[in-house]
Amino acid sequence: MASPSDQSVYYIPHNGWYPVWIAFGVFMMLAGFGTWLNDVKAGEAATDWMSFAGLGILAVVLFFWFSKVIEENQQGLANEQLKRSYVWGMGWFIFSEVMFFFAFFGALFYARNFAVPWIGGEGDKAITGVLWPNFTAEWPVMSNPDNTLFPAPHESMAAPGITNWVSYLPFWNTVILLTSSVTVHFAHTAIKDKARGKLIAWLGLTILLGILFLTLQSYEYLHAYHELGLTLHSGIYGSTFFILTGFHGFHVTLGTFILLIQFLRSLKGHFAPKDCFGFEAASWYWHFVDVVWVCLFFFVYVM
Amino acid sequence: MSEVVVAGHDDHHDHGPDKGLARWLFTTNHKDIGTLYLWFSFLMFLIGGVLALVIRAELFQPGLQFVEPGFFNQMTTNHGLIMVFGAIMPGFVGLANWLVPMMVGAPDMALPRMNNLSFWILPFAFTLLISTLFMDAGGPNFGWTFYAPLSTTYAPETVTYFIFGVHMMGASSIMGSINIIATILNMRAPGMTLMKMPLFVWTWLITAYLLLAVMPVLAGAVTMMLFDIHFGTSFFNAAGGGDPVMFQHIFWFFGHPEVYIMILPAFGVVSQIIPTFSRKPLFGYDSMVYATASIAFLSFIVWAHHMFTVGMPLAGQLFFMYATMLIAIPTGVKVFNWVSTMWRGSMSFETPMLFAIAFVILFTIGGFSGLMLAITPADYQYHDTYFVVAHFHYVLVPGALFSIIAAVYYWLPKWCGRMYDESLGKLHFWLSFIGVNVTFFPQHFSGLAGMPRRIPDYALQFADFNMISSIGAFIFGFSQVFFLYIVIKTIRSGKPATDRVWEGAHGLEWTLPSPAPYHSFTHPPKVTDAEAHS
Repeated sequence: MASPSDQSVYYIPHNGWYPVWIAFGVFMMLAGFGTWLNDVKAGEAATDWMSFAGLGILAVVLFFWFSKVIEENQQGLANEQLKRSYVWGMGWFIFSEVMFFFAFFGALFYARNFAVPWIGGEGDKAITGVLWPNFTAEWPVMSNPDNTLFPAPHESMAAPGITNWVSYLPFWNTVILLTSSVTVHFAHTAIKDKARGKLIAWLGLTILLGILFLTLQSYEYLHAYHELGLTLHSGIYGSTFFILTGFHGFHVTLGTFILLIQFLRSLKGHFAPKDCFGFEAASWYWHFVDVVWVCLFFFVYVM
Repeated sequence: MSEVVVAGHDDHHDHGPDKGLARWLFTTNHKDIGTLYLWFSFLMFLIGGVLALVIRAELFQPGLQFVEPGFFNQMTTNHGLIMVFGAIMPGFVGLANWLVPMMVGAPDMALPRMNNLSFWILPFAFTLLISTLFMDAGGPNFGWTFYAPLSTTYAPETVTYFIFGVHMMGASSIMGSINIIATILNMRAPGMTLMKMPLFVWTWLITAYLLLAVMPVLAGAVTMMLFDIHFGTSFFNAAGGGDPVMFQHIFWFFGHPEVYIMILPAFGVVSQIIPTFSRKPLFGYDSMVYATASIAFLSFIVWAHHMFTVGMPLAGQLFFMYATMLIAIPTGVKVFNWVSTMWRGSMSFETPMLFAIAFVILFTIGGFSGLMLAITPADYQYHDTYFVVAHFHYVLVPGALFSIIAAVYYWLPKWCGRMYDESLGKLHFWLSFIGVNVTFFPQHFSGLAGMPRRIPDYALQFADFNMISSIGAFIFGFSQVFFLYIVIKTIRSGKPATDRVWEGAHGLEWTLPSPAPYHSFTHPPKVTDAEAHS
């Protein structure tokens, strides 16, 4: 219905086989993962082919779907108004991601300011204080109400005094991510200046910084598990620590992957100063994971 | 704003629907997807209804008649989950799909492929959820509010599938909301300014923001459950420093906006229907918009009124009590405006109008009982009794559900080009109206007398009210099968409808032929004062 030259037309694809396969792939992946989890918990032989098959379907179909959208854009089918729909879409998707993290930050806030002090006996009406009379409320929680069920960590991840930050890994991770937000901005400027060489260099550097962040984060996790005794099992401190940093790390992984796709597209010369929304969406996502990290650094590590 | 045109080419008519199953699986058309949503919603409504009738059959008499208590718990849990996430929410999304592009003068939804994905996730999500009922461990049995530790430490192993099902439903809702927001903000025809939009569009815009804000929080809540169950964390376990009450806070931070997600679009529907059959413009259009926005804002700061008895600091109880009562003000504005719209109108009482008027009256009853529940000390008495059940069924059944039924009668002639049978429609209305009141009104009394909810057996003094309630439930349930018959009869053999359908109807959708063409506005419509609020 839309001819490539006609920019007054809002392009509506006639149909598409991608979405229903995505739905099926997600279903396979989650049903398989759930079965695997239940089998592991029950101590039975667990199969994982189903979740991997679902993941495979998801990956393949997403590849074709995005290729199609890029192809349509290059044919000139996407007019200004359609691009604005993408802008609204990505913007509000990031808002929903913010709310996802909000739930975990909320849990951290509630546990730290209400739940733990109440178990420790604070407040004159709460009876929670009598459950574990020996429990002392502190944050990070270094001794759990029931230490046999939830063995407490030997050491926490709390930040040392500001003078010792040079030897504090999360500080360097903060520096790395903040730097990567700057480099991805330079890459954007390079697109605007039509400097493809610079774009590739800055974007490549951003991706390397992302990978470096993830490497250090993995090292931190190994350190926590093997030397600090800080695990998912070690009570509310470990729970909030790992769910917040873990989901952030997962989002950095996704963000790095999205940037990698933009890198490959840059090599192919896909972006023009006024036509680079794929890149811009990726960079917004990157800035978003960066902001989440800054909140994490303060609320999880420093405060 | 650039023009919203499908080109002047004459090649658009080879873009009619595909043939066969492919049309429904692969469609990117907002009307096809709207139809899918609405049929899916009706299917879930029937399944959820059957579970409700199992509950009412068991409660017909004291003692255990038909089902085991454990199975009874699965029925209450899945009845709630299926009705909320499977029937009401997809029903409204289906209406949004059909109507929003036509009402704002757009060719389709802003992101058509993602629109298809939003729908097709749902059948898979509910396959995952409903299949648990047939597994050895049994389905979810911890109530639709799935409080920890019932849903974690003591849950059947199928809770894992429930969690992933909720994740999928959330993804569907988020994508659907993004699409609706992008459509409303980006696809309006020239001249359709925000304050000229039909109220149904306004209420859905605000609902979409509510969904975007709280569905991710629900995803976070079930994710923490997943971690507690499978990965050894202790978010909701006090032995590790967590707190089961924290689950309730997070759940209701989602849950309270959720109830407005189920009622704001209903306000929109009723605000379209009442002016048509009163043959007057909506009274207080601007205040309707502001009231909707106020209710949406307030919905974020009242969640703990669901958990007054759980143990909370006094200051918290007072705050949540007063904030909750504040909602009565914008809601009162709305009810006042609906009544004022009818005041001295040249009214007629076709089926959609009957359902809309019943909505105004019965929803208000549900609102009043809500106000009673908001009073903290009184809630200590009402909490977890059938009074609460009566309250939320009054806002959800003759509230949300009646508005969906009203919308179907109102717009079905536009959708399929045929009129429903007016006397059958009226019969359906009276059966539903009587059925719903016979079912739920007595529950106020049994609740005030102390009958707890979610139990398969009860003390003898509640027997009469429960028997009445069960009779009403079966009347209501079978009336909806009659509704199915009416809809099918209309689609197959109804009398042809005119384009305007109702003489008092205004809005861009009524300027289109009946049935509406596959692509709504191939040329951007001119938004005249007669078709827009001005």
